Amino acid sequence: MSLPDPVAEGVASGWRVLDGAVQTQDLQLSCDVLIIGTGAGGGMTAEVLAQAGLDVLMVEEGALRTSRDFRLLEAKAYPELYQESASRKTADKAINILQGRTVGGSTTVNWTSAFRTPAETLNWWGERYGLKSLNPQTMAPWFDLAEARLGIADWQTDPNPNNSVLERGCQALGLKHGRIRRNVRGCWNLGYCGMGCATNAKQSMLVTTIPGALQHKAGLLTRARVERLLPAADGKSLLGAEGRLLAADGHSLNGQQFSIKARHVVLAAGAIGSPAILLRSQLGGAQVGKRTFLHPVVVSGAVMPQRIEAYNGAPQTVYSDHFMHTQPLDGALGYKLEVPPVHPLLMGVTLSGFGASSAGLMQQLPHLQVVLALLRDGFHPDSQGGQVRLRQDGSPELDYPLNDVLWDGVRRSWLTMAELQFAAGARQVQVLHEQADLQSSWKAAREQIMQLPLKPLLARVVSAHVMGGAAMSSQPEEGVVDEYGRHWQLRNLSVIDGSVFPTSIGANPQLSIYAFALRAAHQLRDALKA
Amino acid sequence: MITRRQLIKTGMAGSVVLLAAGFLASPQPDLPAASQGHLVFLQAGDAQIIRSLAPVMLGMAGLALEDIVRGVDVAIANLLPAVQQELRQLFDLLGNRWGRRWLAGVHSPWAQAAAHDLAAFLRRWQQSPLLLLRSGYQALHALINAAWFGNPASWTALGYQQPQQIMGLLP
Ligand SMILES: Cc1cc2nc3c(=O)[nH]c(=O)nc-3n(C[C@H](O)[C@H](O)[C@H](O)COP(=O)(O)OP(=O)(O)OC[C@H]3O[C@@H](n4cnc5c(N)ncnc54)[C@H](O)[C@@H]3O)c2cc1C
Ligand code: SF4
Repeated sequence: MSLPDPVAEGVASGWRVLDGAVQTQDLQLSCDVLIIGTGAGGGMTAEVLAQAGLDVLMVEEGALRTSRDFRLLEAKAYPELYQESASRKTADKAINILQGRTVGGSTTVNWTSAFRTPAETLNWWGERYGLKSLNPQTMAPWFDLAEARLGIADWQTDPNPNNSVLERGCQALGLKHGRIRRNVRGCWNLGYCGMGCATNAKQSMLVTTIPGALQHKAGLLTRARVERLLPAADGKSLLGAEGRLLAADGHSLNGQQFSIKARHVVLAAGAIGSPAILLRSQLGGAQVGKRTFLHPVVVSGAVMPQRIEAYNGAPQTVYSDHFMHTQPLDGALGYKLEVPPVHPLLMGVTLSGFGASSAGLMQQLPHLQVVLALLRDGFHPDSQGGQVRLRQDGSPELDYPLNDVLWDGVRRSWLTMAELQFAAGARQVQVLHEQADLQSSWKAAREQIMQLPLKPLLARVVSAHVMGGAAMSSQPEEGVVDEYGRHWQLRNLSVIDGSVFPTSIGANPQLSIYAFALRAAHQLRDALKA
Repeated sequence: MITRRQLIKTGMAGSVVLLAAGFLASPQPDLPAASQGHLVFLQAGDAQIIRSLAPVMLGMAGLALEDIVRGVDVAIANLLPAVQQELRQLFDLLGNRWGRRWLAGVHSPWAQAAAHDLAAFLRRWQQSPLLLLRSGYQALHALINAAWFGNPASWTALGYQQPQQIMGLLP
């Protein structure tokens, strides 16, 4: 018996899928709606528009990889499925950024945690940015719709030991905590979501909305990088977009170009990706690329007496928002506690230290428990996020300076995590910093953490949540798009992805993007059908 | 050899130390460039740097060094051209006699360097007050760790294995 691969079967049955890598001539295409990027925003939009009978064409820089390509192998998954082989970095290299780059975008590799946008975030957008119609009541139906489409529901199985430690630690310290809902159907509880789901249980865009769109005659062009949008002579609209086709290795150019005419263009290349296309098209505007947020993540590892096997089992099922609420929203940065899945390659790369000490930790991998803290950036006046800019060759780079308000959150969250791990029975704890080592008591760990210098590339900081850079606003000069993602200047351009958020979300962002995309796509559908 | 112009062009110029290295750089590399046909990015001298550093970085003896060299090569081949260019400069700098001696502080050629000298170099760069040297260390750390722990040969020692209930069902 081998596992079914419905997407590969669909392609074999004649879905309109073109692989850029095998094209031997330049491509000239046309459509009603061109969707650039096939992640959370692009996938949702594609299905809504294709079902309405519009001629939709999706263009994706990554390749089409389906469940039969997913072998639970990091060394295969990262180069094939991630931006820059999962080693994209901020300009000073201090933050490692995980983003997907394949059909389905980051949803193909994400960890299936599903949270609605916190009410306080939506309310803040109303008060601070005038986005009053994005409040918890008006958004509720869109969350309902997204949850129904993607099977988002309570996860009934027990948390794996890695998550249980977080739960026990919260109980011991009296921290509010909860269980995480997931977008899965028939999940095998394996824990390899980050390498693509081999069983198709994860309800990513790859197995839900993109097939949904393809069944409604949408087209998909893969290994095709959009370089720039093509403005019309009037300067108020677009003719379409153009770009280059990539070779089979996924990164070199295959020598052919493509150009696509469209009535409407939807930019859904994700944060960093969408602003980069605007910048390359000289359609910058003062706000493009600014206020890009990351939920910067810091990490603490614990050696537990019992086996944890943090590589097995649904990756994230327990969270704590306790420290999201211990200070004002725009005060010292709040942080959300979760755990990551722990696999050898990413752990080896992420652990601080070298030589005997890190070898010692790696050799205890089955006993390793890891907690992470996601810092809520973009609310405190000093938390302005980063800025996307272009390198000489046109590739994007995010300049995200780490400043005092962030470092303060880093230290506080390290303290919390270490205390929590000891409270849950850890034998030893080490926060990930190049001057930290294993500590055997909470007191010793606290002393060490208080001494650690807060400097880039000494503290390990990572991110899997890139948001912002093409923000929604209520006034044209304050952002890039309106509350439906409609570009303020270009009549037939929408941005529908994680780049439209004016702050970070303050929770794992996929469901926020799905709901926002559904709302924007329905509005767009009605406008285009009118 | 790394030129001063290259340094300035790629924004590595921020560091005075590296600029000095550009001036000091000697024309002859450390090693004869025996061609290593199967490698895409790494040159013979780069491969030797990886071979020398890997056991110290990973804190393990008896490693499959050629696998690690190949793993690093594949990892780099999958990076953006702009990042590859930075890594080229890093390897050129370390492979250059002056760079090795004055920037890395390693006195004998990589192939002969003692483990404690290599560890001292890694520690200096890991803890350096200069962001650029810390990032050089982090690049080596990430590449070598990815190459080794991405390789199933490393897993037994970790007590790690993939979930057996599904592996047999994969194509
Ligand atoms: C490892 C990982 C784990 C995560 N876990 C969770 C989780 O558990 N819960 C959660 O809520 N969120 C999670 N996230 C985040 C979430 O998946 C993303 O926030 C979300 O998918 C972003 O959606 P998007 O549409 O903005 O962009 P993406 O989903 O990233 O899609 C953008 C797509 O555009 C393509 N693209 C970019 N540039 C171009 C171009 N020039 N031409 C053509 N195509 C282009 C990219 O290749 C990519 O496929 C995780 C992310 C990662 C990487
Ligand atoms: S845990 Fe579930 S969703 Fe994740 S990879 Fe395994 S089967 Fe798929």
